[in-house]
Amino acid sequence: MRAQHGIEAEGLVRTFKGDIRAVDGIDLAVQPGEIYGFLGPNGAGKSTTVHILTTLLPPSAGHARVAGFDVENEGPAVRRSIGAALQEAALDPILTGREHLRLQCALHGISRRERKVRAAELLERVGLTLAADRKVKGYSGGMKRRLDLALALAHRPTILFLDEPTTGLDPQSRSALWLEVARLAREEGVTVFLTTQYLEEADALADRIGIIDHGRIVAEGTTEDLKAEIDLPTVEAIPADGTDSAAVARILERFGERTDGSPKGVSVRLAHGIDDLAEIVRALDAEGARVADLHLHAPSLDDVFLAKTGRSLEGAQEEADAEAPEE
Amino acid sequence: MNALAIQVGQIAQRSVVRTLRQPASAIPPFIFPTALLAVTSAGLTSATRLRGFPSDSFLAFFLAFPFIQGALFATMNAGTDLARDIQTGFLNRLSLTPMRGSALIIGHLAGVVTMGFLQACFYLTVGLVAGVSIASGALGVLVILGLATLIAFAFGALGAFFALRTGSGEAVQGLFPLLFVGLFLSSMNLPRNLIQTDWFRIVATFNPVSYLIEGVRSLIIVGWDPEALALGFGFALLIAALSISASVWALQRRLTRT
Amino acid sequence: MALAVAWRVLHNVYTTPALLIPGILFPLFFFTAFAGGLSRVSNIPGFDFPPGYTAFQFVFVLLQSAAFNGVFTGFGVARDFEYGFARRLMLAAPNRTGLLAGYAIAAVGRWAITATILTLVAVTAGMNVGGNGVDLFGLYALAVIVNLAGTLWATGVALRIRTMQAGPVMQMPVFLTLFFAPVYVPLGLLKGWLHAVASVNPATALLEAGRSLIAGDPAHVTLAFGAALGLGAAFLLWAFRGLKSAERSL
Repeated sequence: MRAQHGIEAEGLVRTFKGDIRAVDGIDLAVQPGEIYGFLGPNGAGKSTTVHILTTLLPPSAGHARVAGFDVENEGPAVRRSIGAALQEAALDPILTGREHLRLQCALHGISRRERKVRAAELLERVGLTLAADRKVKGYSGGMKRRLDLALALAHRPTILFLDEPTTGLDPQSRSALWLEVARLAREEGVTVFLTTQYLEEADALADRIGIIDHGRIVAEGTTEDLKAEIDLPTVEAIPADGTDSAAVARILERFGERTDGSPKGVSVRLAHGIDDLAEIVRALDAEGARVADLHLHAPSLDDVFLAKTGRSLEGAQEEADAEAPEE
Repeated sequence: MNALAIQVGQIAQRSVVRTLRQPASAIPPFIFPTALLAVTSAGLTSATRLRGFPSDSFLAFFLAFPFIQGALFATMNAGTDLARDIQTGFLNRLSLTPMRGSALIIGHLAGVVTMGFLQACFYLTVGLVAGVSIASGALGVLVILGLATLIAFAFGALGAFFALRTGSGEAVQGLFPLLFVGLFLSSMNLPRNLIQTDWFRIVATFNPVSYLIEGVRSLIIVGWDPEALALGFGFALLIAALSISASVWALQRRLTRT
Repeated sequence: MALAVAWRVLHNVYTTPALLIPGILFPLFFFTAFAGGLSRVSNIPGFDFPPGYTAFQFVFVLLQSAAFNGVFTGFGVARDFEYGFARRLMLAAPNRTGLLAGYAIAAVGRWAITATILTLVAVTAGMNVGGNGVDLFGLYALAVIVNLAGTLWATGVALRIRTMQAGPVMQMPVFLTLFFAPVYVPLGLLKGWLHAVASVNPATALLEAGRSLIAGDPAHVTLAFGAALGLGAAFLLWAFRGLKSAERSL
C-alpha cells in the first residue's frame, strides 16, 4: 500500500555541545514511494539527520514531518509508521535471528500467532531461514545487515530509513541488499530514505539524491540532472609503450586538475568541458607524446561534489577522518 | 493483554534468556557466594565460642551473606547487559518501537529479580542440606525469599541506574569494588556489638548493608525479630525507591526520543 | 630481552590506573576488612598469637597480594596474546625464555609497590612486629617466591589458552588454595573438612611460617621455603611447557 505522506523537513538544525552544528538548516521533501539518497562524507550530518527524522533526537531548530506526523510532537505516531536500519546493526549476539524478529513483532503489538508467521515470512524474504535459530554472534556481516533490514520491516512500515546499510559488506551482499531495497520501493511502495557515502550506491538506487556537506544540502536532484549541471567531463590517457607518462601528465594538466581515476595512465578533469578535447589531441601530437588509449568520461557524482564544495568526496572523507575526535 | 504487560514480559524474557545463555555470567553468582560461605563458615567456626556470639553455628550465622553477595553479582551482570545494549545501539532499536521506558526498566529488573529469587532458593537449599535450621520456620523461609528478592531488585535498580547514566559496561564493572567494600565493611563476619575496632564498628553501624544482612540473619538464627525485620525491609525498600527513581531519571536523559 | 619485556609491562601498569589500582586497593581492602572487622577473633580461647590479629592478617594479605599480583601479570600475558602483541614478541625474541624472565621480573616489580604500601598502612595502623631484620627479610623473600610462583602459574595458563578467557582459570585455583588455608584463625582452631584440607595445603605451611617470622619465633621456615620453591619449580616447568605450546601456534 502506497503511503500518502513522505518526509518533509524545513530549516532542520541540530547543535551539540561546543557549538557543533551537525545539521545546519536542512530543507528536503521526499515523495511517497521514492528512494531518496542522502550522499556525503563521514561527519557531514547524514546520521544526525536520520536520528532527527526517526525521532531519536529532537531538532534544535526547524521542523520535520514524517508520514504526515510531526517528529517533535507526534513521536509515537512517527515510530509506528517507520522502520529503521541504523549505522550499527544493533543486534543482540546472544539471541537468534528468529528471537529478534519475535521480540520486534511483540513490541510492535503484533499478536503471538501472527508473530510466528511474520517472522518466518521475513526470514524467508531476506534469506535467513536456515540460520534463523543460530545465535547472531555466528552471523556474517551480510547476514546481520539482512536481519537488520528484516527487523526494520517487521511491522510493515510505509517509510524505511537505511543509514549506510552496505558499509563493510562484500559486493555480493551489497547487490542483494540493493535488489531488496529496490523491490520494496517498486512493489510495495515503501518510501526509502537511504544515507550512503558510496557514489555507486546512490547512483544505482536513488530516484533523487541530496548531497550533504557540513550539515547542509549542497545539491539535490536526480543523478542525471545533477551531472548535467556540471559540464566537467574527465579525460583519461594511457601512455603508449616507450612514452614518458610524466610528459603526458604535464600536457594534460594544462587543461584541468589531475584526478586519481586512472591507475595505468593520467586522468584530468577538464576545466572548460568537452571543447578542450580537440586541443588535448593537438597538444599531445605537437609534443610527440603517443598514447595507447584516450577516454572521455561523463561527470560523476564526485565531480558534482567537487563543483559544489571545492573538494572531492574522497578528499572530504580523509578530511573528516582526520577531524574525527579521538575515542 | 495489556501492551505494557506484554512489553515487560518480552524484555524480562530476554533478560533471563540472555543470562542463562552466558554460563560464564550465570554461574558465578551461584558458585562464588556458596564457596565463600563454605570457606568462611568453616574457617570461623570457632568464633561461636566468643562471649555473646548469637548462634552456636557459624554457618547459620553466615548464611545471610550469600544472599547479599549474590545480589551484587546479579546487579553487575544485569547492569553490564544494559550498558552493552546502549553501547551497541540495541537500545536505539528498542526506542524505535512502541516500547515504553518504564517497560524497559521493569522488564530488565524482572529478569534480575527472577535470577535473584533462583539464587536465594539455591543458597537456602545449600544451607538446609548443610544442616542449618531456620528459626522462623516455613513462613520465615518465605519471608527470607521475599526479602532476598527485594534486595536483588534494589541492587538491580542501582546497576540499571549506573548503566543508564554512564552507558558503559566498564563503568558498571567499576562499581563492583565499591559494592564489595560496602559488603565487607558491615556486620557480615561478626555481629556489630562484637566488632572490636571502633572505626569499623561505626562504619558497619552506618552501613545499610549491615541491616540487610541482619534482617535475613534474624530469620535464620533468632526467629521473629521485629526490629531487625523492620530495618532490613526498610533499608531494602529505601534503596529500591532511591535506585528506581534514579534509574527513571537516567532513562529519561538517555532516551532522547521525542 | 627480559628487561625490555619487564619495562614494557611495568610501564603499562604504572601508566594505566585501571591496571595499577586494583592490585593495590584489593589487598588493602582485605587487610582493613579482616584485621579491622575480625579483630575480636583473637579473643577466641586457644587463639595464641602474641603480635596480635593485625599482624596475623597482615601475613595472609601480604602473601595473597603476592600471589594475585602474579595472576594479574598473567592477565597481561593473556591480553598480549589476544591482541596479537605476544606473537610479535615471540617472533622477535632471540631466546624466548627471556620472555618468561621478563614477565617474572615485572611481576615482582609490580608487587613491590603493593607490598610497600601495604606495609606502610599496617605499620601506621599499629601492627606489632616481633621479628628482627632477618625474620622480616625471610617473610618478604617468601612472599617474592610466592609472587613468582603465581606469575609462572598464570603465565603457563595464558600461554596455553591465549585469550582473556584464561582469567577465571588463572584465578580460581589460586583463590581456592589461599582460602582453603588458616585465613582467619590458626590451623589448630579449624575443624572438620577445612582442617583436613588445610593440613595438606602447601599454603598453610607458607602462612604459618610467615606468621612465625613476623612474630619473631621462626618455625617450619625450611618447610615453607621448600614448599614455595617446590611450587615455583613446578610452575616454572608448567610455564616452559606453555611456551612450547605457544611456539607451536606461531
